Amino acid sequence: MSDDEPATLEQRVTLMDPEAVTRVLARMSREIVERNEGTADLVLLGIRRRGVELAERIQAVMEAEEGVAIPSGALDITLYRDDLGTVGPRPVIGESTLPLEGIDDRTVVVIDDVLYTGRTARAAMNELMDWGRPSRIFFCVLVDRGGRELPIQPDIVGRVVSALPDQVVEVLVPEEDGRLAVELITRATETP
Amino acid sequence: MSEPARPLGKDLVGLEDLSADQIRTILDTAEPFKEISERRIKKVPVLRGQTIVNLFMEPSTRTRISFEFAEKRLSADTVNISSTGSSVQKGETLVDTARNLEAMKIDMVVIRHWASGAARFLAERIPSNVVNAGDGSHEHPTQALLDLLTLRDHLGDLAGRRVCVVGDILHSRVARSNIWGLLKLGAEVGVCGPRTLLPRGIESFGVEVFNRIEEAIEWADALNILRLQLERMKGGFVPSLREYNRVYGVSTARLEKAPRDVLILHPGPMNRGVEIDSDVADGPQSVILKQVTNGVAVRMAVLYLLAGGSPERAEAAKRRGMGG
Repeated sequence: MSDDEPATLEQRVTLMDPEAVTRVLARMSREIVERNEGTADLVLLGIRRRGVELAERIQAVMEAEEGVAIPSGALDITLYRDDLGTVGPRPVIGESTLPLEGIDDRTVVVIDDVLYTGRTARAAMNELMDWGRPSRIFFCVLVDRGGRELPIQPDIVGRVVSALPDQVVEVLVPEEDGRLAVELITRATETP
Repeated sequence: MSEPARPLGKDLVGLEDLSADQIRTILDTAEPFKEISERRIKKVPVLRGQTIVNLFMEPSTRTRISFEFAEKRLSADTVNISSTGSSVQKGETLVDTARNLEAMKIDMVVIRHWASGAARFLAERIPSNVVNAGDGSHEHPTQALLDLLTLRDHLGDLAGRRVCVVGDILHSRVARSNIWGLLKLGAEVGVCGPRTLLPRGIESFGVEVFNRIEEAIEWADALNILRLQLERMKGGFVPSLREYNRVYGVSTARLEKAPRDVLILHPGPMNRGVEIDSDVADGPQSVILKQVTNGVAVRMAVLYLLAGGSPERAEAAKRRGMGG
């Protein structure tokens, strides 16, 4: 979400550079295979939008290292959010695309960029239950920044960051933002 | 439209009130909603707990069912009220009916009414969201939106594309809404029909007028063929159905003379052999059933956008940042 109020001062600190992100994603890919004891019945689902790009990178690593095709898809959780009241002037709803095989009796790996309140994960699980009955769900995030509002925990984490409530952790991907990085944004609340 | 941060405002009364941007927002929002109807479980929880009343003071099958599917697929609770078998028959006024419904705590009213202006009248008097499902000969915005979506699916960007509305333009709310919507999206609009069924001075809207269907077919990328309301015969607007078909009926023979494939739309219900021949209705250029499918998606989008909340909360969420 872009927020360009002119009066706001913004300080950006890089938490992970492209190499760090790439290394962590490769480790997460291996961890998924390890937790699943192989690649059998795995389905990777990225949460729109940046989770999809991360899922594709994890998928590429996994397919290269394991030598098999891994089914993947994208989950748009907009319609499952619990805050319809916050629809902005331009609500963007994406489509959910699932692999043809479906998700019944499969190990579904839900991949997102940042875990914060836990509400996105809750919404994603509700949507998955409407699509079918996975045999199990792994929740996999690049950054866990703390600040949970729901009792939800990730299975596989790239990096744990302690961010203050008024700070924003942003995962940037080349497809959306032109570069691969994780940045911590601190905004000065008072006008200069 | 007093709150610019809300995508549509409180109500959808007509396309005349909407900006091109707002129309595009509805059409863009309808895209992902198409996919929901393809799912095994055709339901998402966005309008869970919201009560929607479908107040139909005029017979309607397709529009009412389409709205009802849209509401149910968004998980809203719905109640249907029709003029027959309700207190309307006992002489209750529209506002009294609506106030009684309000007293039972509803969130939205979808209204179909025989009187032009009924939707706006209601919208100005109750706090619930009001969606116009056709009021007299005024507007039928969701029909025009589904027509626009279907046209866009097949023609791409509508700017500069030529769409001709054929038939009874004078009495048609579908024509009125379509003309507004098409003009706002930058399309070239034509109308074709008997002079008695064209509003006087329609040219001043920047609309091309065709007296002969052959000329319209030669000009257009798409024809939106309206139903000839049989009661117009009694009014003396049209000499006979046979005569109407001979002069204005869209037939394969006529379409074959066109320089390009003309897309065929019809809002239904069709009078086969009157305004449209059967082989055209069922032919390869017909997108009539796609209109019906798109109708559910467009209505889901409208209900979703109207239910969307206040700008303050949107701002708060924006400040809190993404993530979660």
